Amino acid sequence: MTLMESAPGKTARTTAGLPLPLAANRFTARELDGARILCECLIAEGVEVMFGYPGGVLLPLYQVLGEYPEIRHILVRHEQAGGHAADAYGRVTNKVGVCMGTSGPGATNLVTAIATAHMDSAPLVAITGQVGRSMIGKDSFQETDITGITLPITKHNWLVMDTKDLAETIKKAFFLAQTGRPGPVLVDIPKDVFQAKAYFPGYPTEVKLRGYSPTIIGHTRQIKQAANLINQAQRPVILHGHGVTTSGAYQELADLAEKADIPVISTLQGLSAFPSAHPLSLGMPGMHGGIHANHAINESDVLIAIGMRFDDRVTGNLKSFARNSKIIHIDIDPAEIGKNVPTSIPIVGDVKNVLQVMNKSIEEKKHTEWREKIAGWKERDTKRRGNEMDRRGILPPQFIIQKMREVLGGNAVITVDVGQHQMWVAQHFEFEKANTFISSGGLGTMGFGLPAAMGARLAVKDKNVPVWTVTGDGGFQMNLQELATCVQDDIHVKIAIFNNGVLGMIRQWQSVFHDKRYHSTPITGPDFVKLAEAYGIKAWRVSEQSEVAPVIKEANEWPGPALVEFLIPEAEMVMPMVPPGGSNMDAIESAE
Amino acid sequence: MATATAPTQTLHTIVVYLEDEPGALNRVVNLFRRRGYNIESLSVGHTEEANVSRMTLVVRGEDSTVEQCTKQLYKLLEVIKVTDVTDDSIIVREMAIIKVTADKPESRAEIMQFSEIFKARVLDVAADAITVEITGPEEDVERFFALLRRYGIKESVRTGRIAISRGSVANSAI
Repeated sequence: MTLMESAPGKTARTTAGLPLPLAANRFTARELDGARILCECLIAEGVEVMFGYPGGVLLPLYQVLGEYPEIRHILVRHEQAGGHAADAYGRVTNKVGVCMGTSGPGATNLVTAIATAHMDSAPLVAITGQVGRSMIGKDSFQETDITGITLPITKHNWLVMDTKDLAETIKKAFFLAQTGRPGPVLVDIPKDVFQAKAYFPGYPTEVKLRGYSPTIIGHTRQIKQAANLINQAQRPVILHGHGVTTSGAYQELADLAEKADIPVISTLQGLSAFPSAHPLSLGMPGMHGGIHANHAINESDVLIAIGMRFDDRVTGNLKSFARNSKIIHIDIDPAEIGKNVPTSIPIVGDVKNVLQVMNKSIEEKKHTEWREKIAGWKERDTKRRGNEMDRRGILPPQFIIQKMREVLGGNAVITVDVGQHQMWVAQHFEFEKANTFISSGGLGTMGFGLPAAMGARLAVKDKNVPVWTVTGDGGFQMNLQELATCVQDDIHVKIAIFNNGVLGMIRQWQSVFHDKRYHSTPITGPDFVKLAEAYGIKAWRVSEQSEVAPVIKEANEWPGPALVEFLIPEAEMVMPMVPPGGSNMDAIESAE
Repeated sequence: MATATAPTQTLHTIVVYLEDEPGALNRVVNLFRRRGYNIESLSVGHTEEANVSRMTLVVRGEDSTVEQCTKQLYKLLEVIKVTDVTDDSIIVREMAIIKVTADKPESRAEIMQFSEIFKARVLDVAADAITVEITGPEEDVERFFALLRRYGIKESVRTGRIAISRGSVANSAI
């Protein structure tokens, strides 16, 4: 790139706000246009990959993007997919994912992805182009009020109205997205702000945000009280969520559980933060959780909620949730405490930090009687799961998940779409390594799986670590255009489509709660194998149990993107199932 | 868990300091809409500190709801400080300007008399109308309104509640 040296003289700013002598300026001052300032900032932030789509007002940026080979730009086929890919990239790397769209439809196409990241606290910076400053508010071509639209689904957003504010705004955006409770931040940049020049003294090293100071360190007395309560507990249970992953508190969670002999329940978003095969793991609770996990919460005397937010899919009817328990709630977001469930001991702080302090006051315990009781409930669940697996003449989805796990191993990163297959993965894929399960849990966004796998694939540097998406024939068709992106940018994602020819989860609800009126749930699709081949992607179709493991192995080893379609039974259901709004103790255990 | 008796909804006075930036007010109002909190009144203006606005909100809700509301307010980047001053020792004021029909000599005299009692100021007089300004606790404003209603209120405007603490201790953005 060319450094445009200038002699800004009077206009030069230094950190002290005083003009520098002209001689000093000659080597430090740089006047750059907004487009190059943005690129400089992204590189300074360590951005290696961004997912974008060009458009009229972004042209000044795309004009200079080629000067910055440090940034790999992935041309997606739809901005929504770019948003999901950036979201998953952020979740897997624990850095900020970056997506970009042009003004108007480009920006509104990002909305679903931004809302998805917001619900799941994923670090994301969305950059949108805006019409030129003089055109704003005139209903100009491709103008939309994207800061207004995304106001309730971003942690914060900015419309940058002056090129000299750009660097500082980008710094703030990245800082905000990844600190405290992570989330999406949007920066809207008018076309002429990309074009106008401003003095660029380098990327700011620090950021001042007066109204923002997340509480990291927990209240000492509260932590002590919590430890005392845990030490006295007879039937304690840990219920943890995604907060363990965002704060990287895997070891601290395991230390607490093992030292005090406490069973661990992981919410959908918490899965993979604690090994599924650990003797203390009870898997997932709630609507499709294990009967034993829901029973354990119900009969616990102390419930230790860590980095989670008591979602309705977790609690079921609040009136009957953990009614005998004293609840300790640890979360970085004070607004989550007491939002849905009253808490005995609230602790606001970073989960890792709080657990490190708390674990020092935790006594070694054995809860043999309590764990035996839970084991009794689990036995029933294990039997039911065994029956689900062991069926001849059909291809049980649960069986496919089990085989995937056997073939791919505990390192594999799995992204999922939304629906039945999502729950089957959550129930049956034994997660071993931390942060290997990426799912749209909060918003439940169909079409998430494939683009998320693209983001995850680019995030996982080790080529030997498999990255798969498990998706349904419905969800896959919501973003299947990204097959072309996988080919053009050589992104080796592996796709498993669970094809039952219906919108399975909706059909399941129709079957159980809506009088079997199967309206608008039968869904056709293309020949997925031929479709993949049309894109130049290797594909297989599997309908026999004996083919499952060999095909997964072959697809996994294939040197490129690959797709496997599994033909599963239409009427298959996710069990157990708590009726919506019902008590977690009233789960249905079989479809009959 | 929830108690058997229905939780009571009361009025809460909340003071919010926020940075005076474009969209800041929009964010606050949007938050109330999105989460279904009821705003009874909202009043906002500059403070003694540059670029800092002070907002007085009157919110109706259960204590727990209002507490949740203040926590959500804190999550807004521009919001510097939120204080629920309902149970504090505070001075509360509201201002109203009322244009009332006064087309008969006797009604004009009565309105002037009421205004004097309520320490309201006559701002403007027309042949058939009087415009008065009243400042005071909301109860006074309400009572004054009630008295004037019989003459026919042609137009009125109210600022909503503003509040400040008594004594020497000061609330501030810091």
